[in-house]
Amino acid sequence: MTKNVLIVEDSRAMRGLIRATVEQMSGFTTYEAGSGFDALKALPTHRFDLIITDINMPDINGLELISFVKGHPQYKDIPLIVVSTERSDEDKRRGMALGASGYLVKPFKGDELQELVRKVIGE
Amino acid sequence: MSAKKDERSKGEFLAEAEDILEDLNQHLIHLEEMAVGGTFDPDIVNAIFRGVHSLKGLSGMFGFDKVSGLSHQLESLLDALRLGKVEINKQVTSTIFTALDRLKELSEDISRGGVERAETADVSAMIDEVLADGHGAEKKSPIDDLEIDKSLVAVLTEYEEHRLKENVKARNTIFLVKARFDLTTFDKDLTTLNDKLKGMGEIVSTLPSSGMSPESGIEFNLLLGTKESEEKVKSEVEAAGIEVVTIKYKSEKKAEPAAPTLRSLSKTVRVDIGKLDRLMNIVGELVLSKNIIAQISKELRGMQGFTGLAVDLHKASRTLERKLGELQEGVIEVRMVPIGQIFTRLTQAVRKYAGEVGKDIELDTFGEDTELDKLMVEDMSDPLMHLIRNSIDHGVESPKERARRGKPAKGRIMLNAFPKGNRVVITVEDDGAGIDHEKVRRVAVDKGLCEESTTLTRRDMLDLIFLPGFSTSETVSEVSGRGVGMDVVKKNVSKLSGMIDIETEIGVGTKFTITLPITLAIIKALIVEVSADTFAVPLASVLESLMVTRDKISTIEKREVISLRGETLPLLRLDRVFGLARPEEGDFLYVVVVGMAERRLGLVVDRLVGQQEIVIKSIGDKLKNVPGVAGATELGDNEVVLVLDVESLIDEATQRR
Repeated sequence: MTKNVLIVEDSRAMRGLIRATVEQMSGFTTYEAGSGFDALKALPTHRFDLIITDINMPDINGLELISFVKGHPQYKDIPLIVVSTERSDEDKRRGMALGASGYLVKPFKGDELQELVRKVIGE
Repeated sequence: MSAKKDERSKGEFLAEAEDILEDLNQHLIHLEEMAVGGTFDPDIVNAIFRGVHSLKGLSGMFGFDKVSGLSHQLESLLDALRLGKVEINKQVTSTIFTALDRLKELSEDISRGGVERAETADVSAMIDEVLADGHGAEKKSPIDDLEIDKSLVAVLTEYEEHRLKENVKARNTIFLVKARFDLTTFDKDLTTLNDKLKGMGEIVSTLPSSGMSPESGIEFNLLLGTKESEEKVKSEVEAAGIEVVTIKYKSEKKAEPAAPTLRSLSKTVRVDIGKLDRLMNIVGELVLSKNIIAQISKELRGMQGFTGLAVDLHKASRTLERKLGELQEGVIEVRMVPIGQIFTRLTQAVRKYAGEVGKDIELDTFGEDTELDKLMVEDMSDPLMHLIRNSIDHGVESPKERARRGKPAKGRIMLNAFPKGNRVVITVEDDGAGIDHEKVRRVAVDKGLCEESTTLTRRDMLDLIFLPGFSTSETVSEVSGRGVGMDVVKKNVSKLSGMIDIETEIGVGTKFTITLPITLAIIKALIVEVSADTFAVPLASVLESLMVTRDKISTIEKREVISLRGETLPLLRLDRVFGLARPEEGDFLYVVVVGMAERRLGLVVDRLVGQQEIVIKSIGDKLKNVPGVAGATELGDNEVVLVLDVESLIDEATQRR
């Protein structure tokens, strides 16, 4: 069965890059959300197996999204991968503290992401 | 450094040190005033810091170690203060004051004998104590001061946390907006809410959560930083499912202490009182014009009924009246300052003077926040000082005497200020020897102020203190002998349309009660007619007004009185006081009861015209001392009327000849 991945990232270019990287692996279907808000709207639409999210987004940021997911009875078991900029060590740390399963620091290499995705989903 | 302190170097040091100390003293007085008002001018602290720093260097150069050491410590305290590591409060200003005093003493020692004699260990300890209290402060993040759920802070990104800190620094209020929306419509609803909130301030963060029933709804916790009031935010935003909660601060003081910067972070403006007086005058003239317009409006209505122009004028006149009232209130408010400003001065003075006369006395102050017109606060400074000096000199007994009477060694003077209706009451109370009214009477008789044979009530005897030329002190002491008698105190109070009252008990203590209107310039007055002339009676002094039938008036010892609820009320016929033609005697008389507590008087008038706001204007120097008249004012129809000085009228009525 295909694995559904939700990519939450406000930079369109970045989003496209992550999407392409994930789709290179077989058995994955990706969905995009351009903001934390859009992610909230997207969550009920499919059964997701993984959420890859940026931290720094306007309105609802990545940390708040993680908190929401982990606190929601229906979504709490969905693993999350945090993607953050190099400068913000603290943001990354907070994401992990909130229950993210892994993190990547931008800029990252394609195979780093693929390796992490596989590890987190458990294949 | 040469151990030999020769005359010339001593002179050079002293000249500069005295200049510095004098400057510092001025700065410190300003600092105290600001501390009471709750503000904090970083420039003044900086100036004091620089002064002490110079003194440190100077004294070090000339080999005066005690001055140098104490300056160094004081400098550390001031540095902590200006960097916000120590908060400004009474203990801090008191410590700085004491340190400056000691530095002055040391400077005097040097001037006299070239040797620093005074001790500094106690001041040193005080400074250490203040500094020790302070050091915790610097570790706190401004967010720690917020009573905010940790879970809300844990999901902030670093940037959002920074934004929250900025909002806290800017003294914005932080609100938590809790919203619950339907799953089907939350995107629209949240957008609508966001738009409303963004119009009022900054949305620092938005936290979604599944809440109680995740199948049907979704919750959002938004943090809003804004300068708007709680009412405004609630009214804009609260609806079904949306709740606004104010995030409170843990500490009282919200402002982040100022970092040293050239720009003053104080949110207040210093205004010359003269400018406020001019503003007040202009408002006063506007009130006169408003009265005239109201009058014209009334006449127009009388002429053509409530139609056409009359209606328009009436409406416009009412609006003008309302807005003018707001403007007036605004100007009055700007002039209001907390009386605590002079309380601090008085506290310092008490400590000093009590020490000079060898008594152990403490001044307790209450009601520092009570506000009065700035000028009135200034004008009360000397009278209060004199009352307190009196308490120190004659009221509170020496420690030996107090011990003999079984009183605690430390004498207590209580200074209290509180609002009462549209007046402010200030009391000065001591637990001293009380005033012996017999002694007072004897002195008055000796000085020819009173006849031996006159019968006086206890109250009357006490009032003799307020007569000019009265003083029971045999020696004119350094402290209270500067020509300020109790009569001047009373005159000062009277000038402010206030009243002063004494309560005393021998062996127990004395209490002076001063009652003042809150502001002087524009007051409410009762307009009365006496024999075709019109007068204004300050409403603050009016207790009530009555209508009495002629037969209710009786005469006791040639004075007219009436019985009011079982008590005798002396009457004063204003037509007689002002030499006006005796009117036609009807059956009814109007009596306006004025005064306070036991000092009451019934002013007999012909007619009560109504209540009105008036602007008291001075009647000029030549007429200033006419008893019974406080000033004059103009009523709406260009009529100039005199404003009565109630206090002096009461004197007039109760005087025994």
